[in-house]
Amino acid sequence: MKLHEYQSKYIFSKYGIPIPKGRVAATADEAKRIAEELGGRVVIKSQVLVGGRGKAGGIKVAKDANDAEQLAAQILSMHIKDLPVRKVLVDEAANIQTEIYLGITNDRAARKPVMMASSAGGVDIEEVAHTTPEKIIKVHIDPLLGLRDYQARDIAAGIDLPRELWREFNTIALNLWRVYAENDATLVEINPLIINGDNNKLMALDGKMIIDDNALFRHVNLAEMRDLDEEAPAETEARRHGLSYIKLDGTIGCMVNGAGLAMTTMDIVKLFGGEPANFLDVGGGAGAEKVAAAMKIILTDKNVKAVLFNIFGGITRCDEVARGILAAMDEVKPNVPMVVRLVGTNAEEGRRLLADANMITAETLVDAAQKSVKAAGIKK
Amino acid sequence: MSILIDKNTKLIVQGITGNEGLFHTAQMFAYGTNVVGGVTPGKGGEWALDGKIPVFDSVKMAVDATGANCSVIFVPARFAPDAMFEAADAGIPLIVCITEGVAVQDMMRVRNYLDQKKVRLIGPNCPGMLTPGQSKVGIIPGNIAIPGNVGVVSRSGTLTYEVLYAMMNLGLGASTCVGIGGDPVNGTNFIDVLDMFEHDPHTEKVVLIGEIGGTDEEKAAEFAAKKMTKPMVAFIAGQTAPPGKRMGHAGAIIEGGAGTAADKVLALEHAGVKVAKHPEEIATLLK
Repeated sequence: MKLHEYQSKYIFSKYGIPIPKGRVAATADEAKRIAEELGGRVVIKSQVLVGGRGKAGGIKVAKDANDAEQLAAQILSMHIKDLPVRKVLVDEAANIQTEIYLGITNDRAARKPVMMASSAGGVDIEEVAHTTPEKIIKVHIDPLLGLRDYQARDIAAGIDLPRELWREFNTIALNLWRVYAENDATLVEINPLIINGDNNKLMALDGKMIIDDNALFRHVNLAEMRDLDEEAPAETEARRHGLSYIKLDGTIGCMVNGAGLAMTTMDIVKLFGGEPANFLDVGGGAGAEKVAAAMKIILTDKNVKAVLFNIFGGITRCDEVARGILAAMDEVKPNVPMVVRLVGTNAEEGRRLLADANMITAETLVDAAQKSVKAAGIKK
Repeated sequence: MSILIDKNTKLIVQGITGNEGLFHTAQMFAYGTNVVGGVTPGKGGEWALDGKIPVFDSVKMAVDATGANCSVIFVPARFAPDAMFEAADAGIPLIVCITEGVAVQDMMRVRNYLDQKKVRLIGPNCPGMLTPGQSKVGIIPGNIAIPGNVGVVSRSGTLTYEVLYAMMNLGLGASTCVGIGGDPVNGTNFIDVLDMFEHDPHTEKVVLIGEIGGTDEEKAAEFAAKKMTKPMVAFIAGQTAPPGKRMGHAGAIIEGGAGTAADKVLALEHAGVKVAKHPEEIATLLK
């Protein structure tokens, strides 16, 4: 789950990381009032969960409150990478002397968190990694011990930070580690962390956090921060039912148990001349209700011309799935052809249950893919 | 014959009295797995499966009473890290965690702790292991594979069943099938298992089933080129997966252009591994 900049910075500030004064606004009028309170120049920053806001014109400096109102109105009417801007952050403008990158993410290959820093801050860090990798300092953190003081000092030295700022930097780095560890983040990022030309102090000008969805059970406050405007309604609905659903552009709806098999089902549909309409994993131990919900979600996509059920029973028992399909058929009354393939635990009972339901059945995966491509009316 | 598990494996089930735990304990027991006990805190002294399997309050008590040398975990995600720590501290050398949805920072702590103790973990978010005809630890259906000389290692669950089933239909059996799980941080990786298959005298061919995300398949390709003498067939899921989206498995995501199926297929083909276009083709390529 991604957090907005204003949410991330609010969390940073709670952990003692200095951020600019500012507040979030949903209207131009509000933005004007915040700018009046702050006085002087302010930055108006669109709050959308995508990168490249600056390039898209979603970040502007306003010289006074009236200017802030005008610019906020303009930014609030924008779409950035198809996402509507619904909020702007109004921050006091900072005197940027130096821009630094500081972040922590999971290094899956090392099975450890890694802190990364660079003196080339303020730009996309992946770009820095491609063009000038020597400018990035990486330090792996023992997940059982946490970030050590000396590691933070090594980083400060590694990015050539002036010595008088090391102590301050150490505090920020250790606090950023606490933000990462205590909130189950998979990414925390300050880009840029600036040296403020007015007082020669460090400040987090931007903030980004991604929270591990699997850890939200112990972060109720964070879970409430999820911005439902930023994801497709079908994906929200799927998550509510514990399903994993991703919409794609094709015409063959796929309902599969298991993520690997779901990807494979999409791949084989494509291999035999079709285009998958979605990824959908009904998960392990899926009962009738879950399957019914999955079917409704697939059929909300009007592009769907046929649905392919590919169920291999392990933890999910095929008779449960068959009952789910039947219950969903009763409820949704779909008008597209259904191709079903059930194999594995209790498969015979599952197939017997579906025998009367006028469904196209298939034995192998190839057979199922070919039949669904045909059912969707795709001609090679 | 097999790697990791065989007929001498003495298994306990953590979370034996839960729905899934109980269902699969019955399945494993019926398959012939030597299930010697179960653990559910607060239910010690009770019996599962009509008095066939004793339930203990802790893994330590279960190990002391039964001499168990393997544990399979079916507890909910929020309790699974503790279950893995408990099993490791009780001296279990081989832990298999079926549970899906364990927080990744928990897994980094678990993995680093288990590495220090030299405990092997399979999973989490995995279907477990099957040595056909001998032992089944986890949820792989027993009736879809026959004993044989093909070692199978996979990041997926049901996709693996697909492959075992297609193999069986062509008369091909498995030495051992290992599901290493679909999480970004797990206990055992491809190369660990490839190394075991390479050294297992009864494994003659190896099937690797990978998917998008991470670089484990690339590392496996490198390992195959340098160390594997046995022929390998691979399949990579997620050719049609869009970048930046997590495809069900926490670890199945193309990030910053890395972890694509195309990259993995290329690396494997470079290493001389035959790569199948779809899972049913794997069995044909093995022939």
